[in-house]
Amino acid sequence: MELFFQQLVNGTSLGALYALIAVGYTVVYGIVQLINFAHGEIFMVGAFGAFATWMVLGQPTNWGPAASLMILLPLMLLGGIAVSVTVALLTERFAYRPLRNAPRLAPLITAIGVSVFLQEFVRLFYGRIPGFPDAKSAVPFPSIAGISGEIIQIGGVTIQMPAVFTIGALAISTVFLWFFVNRSKTGRAMVATSQDPDTARLMGIDVDKVIVAAFAVGAGLAALAGVAHGLSYGNIDFRMGFLAGLKAFTAAVLGGIGNINGAVVGGLVLGIVEAMATTFIPGQFGSSAWKDVWAFALLILVLVFRPQGLLGAKVVDRA
Amino acid sequence: MLEVKQMVVAYGRVNAVKGISFTVEKGQVVTLLGTNGAGKSTTLRAISGLIKLVSGEIWFEGERLDGLAAHKVVERGIAQSPEGRRLFRQMTVEDNLKLGAYSRKDGTAVKADMDRVYDLFPVLGERRQEAAGLFSGGEQQMLAIGRAMMSRPKLLMLDEPSMGLSPIMTQTIMTTIRELQAEGVTILLVEQNAQAALSLADRGYVLEVGQIMFSDSGRALLGDDRVRRAYLGAD
Repeated sequence: MELFFQQLVNGTSLGALYALIAVGYTVVYGIVQLINFAHGEIFMVGAFGAFATWMVLGQPTNWGPAASLMILLPLMLLGGIAVSVTVALLTERFAYRPLRNAPRLAPLITAIGVSVFLQEFVRLFYGRIPGFPDAKSAVPFPSIAGISGEIIQIGGVTIQMPAVFTIGALAISTVFLWFFVNRSKTGRAMVATSQDPDTARLMGIDVDKVIVAAFAVGAGLAALAGVAHGLSYGNIDFRMGFLAGLKAFTAAVLGGIGNINGAVVGGLVLGIVEAMATTFIPGQFGSSAWKDVWAFALLILVLVFRPQGLLGAKVVDRA
Repeated sequence: MLEVKQMVVAYGRVNAVKGISFTVEKGQVVTLLGTNGAGKSTTLRAISGLIKLVSGEIWFEGERLDGLAAHKVVERGIAQSPEGRRLFRQMTVEDNLKLGAYSRKDGTAVKADMDRVYDLFPVLGERRQEAAGLFSGGEQQMLAIGRAMMSRPKLLMLDEPSMGLSPIMTQTIMTTIRELQAEGVTILLVEQNAQAALSLADRGYVLEVGQIMFSDSGRALLGDDRVRRAYLGAD
C-alpha cells in the first residue's frame, strides 16, 4: 500500500509536468486548430531561459532557503517565462501567422520545422554566449536551496520537494487559468474565438490578439514546466522537449484536445498510469523501458473507445 | 451613411458579387432581396470585413471601410447579426450579450443596454443565465439581434432574421426592427421573406447572381410585377 501511495505521488508529479505543457497544445489547438509540434521546444527554451537568468545573476550557489525561494527562484521563473513567451510569439508571428489561410498541412509541417530549428539553435549557439556552458550535452540545472534534494516524509511515502513545486505550479496555474478564461475579457474572447472565429470577429474581437494571448499563456505554463523539469531531474538538455512534448500532446488528446480542464486531467492520468505501470506490471513489461509503451497504449485505447477524449473535445457547434 | 461602390467579392475564382453599388441613408431601413446565391450574405460579410474585396470601395460616414479588419469595422459602428444566428450556444444569454458589447469600454452603459434588450425581449431577461443553445429558434433570433445591438451600432445589419421562424415570430421580429428604426438605428436588412421586408423598408435592392437588377422604394417594389412574380408568389 505504501508503494501504491509512493507511486501515486511520483505519478502525480510527472503528470503535473505533462499537464503544464499540455495546456499549451490544447489552448492553441482550440483557437487555430494547429497542433504546435514546436511547443515541446518552448518548454525546453523556458528551462534554458531560467538557467540563463541564473547565469546572469552570477551563478549564485550559496543563497539560503529564504533568499532562494523568495528571490532566486521567482527571478528564474520570470526569466524562463520571458524567454518562452518571446520565442513562442516570434514563432507565431513569423512562422504560423503567414500561413493562417494556408491548407492545414502547411502550418503543421512548419511546426515540425520550428521544432528542429529551436533544438538546433540551442544546441549550436547556447554555448557561444560568453561564459555560458556548451549545450551540446546535458547542462546541470542549478540547485535551489529549500527545494533541491529536500524531501518530505509522510509515513513510508517520500515526497521530493521538486515534486511539491511541480504540483503546486500546476495547482496555481489551474486556478489562474480558470479566472483567466471565465472572468477576464481576453479569456472570454478566447472561448468565443474557439467556438466560432468569424462570429467572434463580428463581436469586435481582434482575433490576432486572441491568438497571441493563447500562445503566450501556453508558453508561460511551459516555462514553469521547464523549471520544474530542471529541479526534478537536475539537468536540462536541448532534446528534452521532444519526448516531454509528445507525452504532453498525448495528455492533451487524452483529455480532449481544445479542452483546458481536459489537458490537466489528461496529464495527471498519463503520469499516474506511467508510474503505476512501472511498479505494478510484473516482469520486463513493468520495466521503465516499457512505460512509454503503456502511455501510448492508453492513448490508443482512449482514441478507439472515446475519441473525443476523457472530458470531451471542444465541440464546434454552428447551427 | 453607407455607400458601396462597384464592389466585387470572390470565393476563390468565382465572383459571388459582381460589381454592385448601393447606398443606405441615415435612419433608413434598406433591404437586399434575392434568392439563395444572389450574393446578399456575401455583401454583408464584405461590409463587416470578414472577406476582402477584389475591387470596389465601401464608405461609411466619410471614411473608407474596405481593407479594415473586422473588429475595426465594429468599432466604427457597424454590427451584424449573421445568417443562421451564430450564437455562442454553450454560453449564457448574458455572456452572449456581453460579447456583443466587447468593443465598448463604458461598463455602466453596457449594463443599461443589456436591460434594454431584456425589456425588448422579456423571455431573454427571464432566462438570462441559461445557455443560448437551449432557446427556441425565434428566441435565438431575438438574442442574435440583441447581441448585435449591444455594440450600440449606428448601422445594424440583419441577415435573414426571419429564417425558420413562424409567421407570428416573424411579425415580432419585424416590429422590433421598426422600433429600432424609430430609435434612430439605421438598418440594412437581408431577407428572403420579401413581403415582410418590403413592407417596412424605405428602399429595396433586388439582387440576382451577384448583380443588382433594380431598386426602388419598398412600397413601389411591393407593387412591382417583377418582384411580385419572383419573390411574392404572385403569378
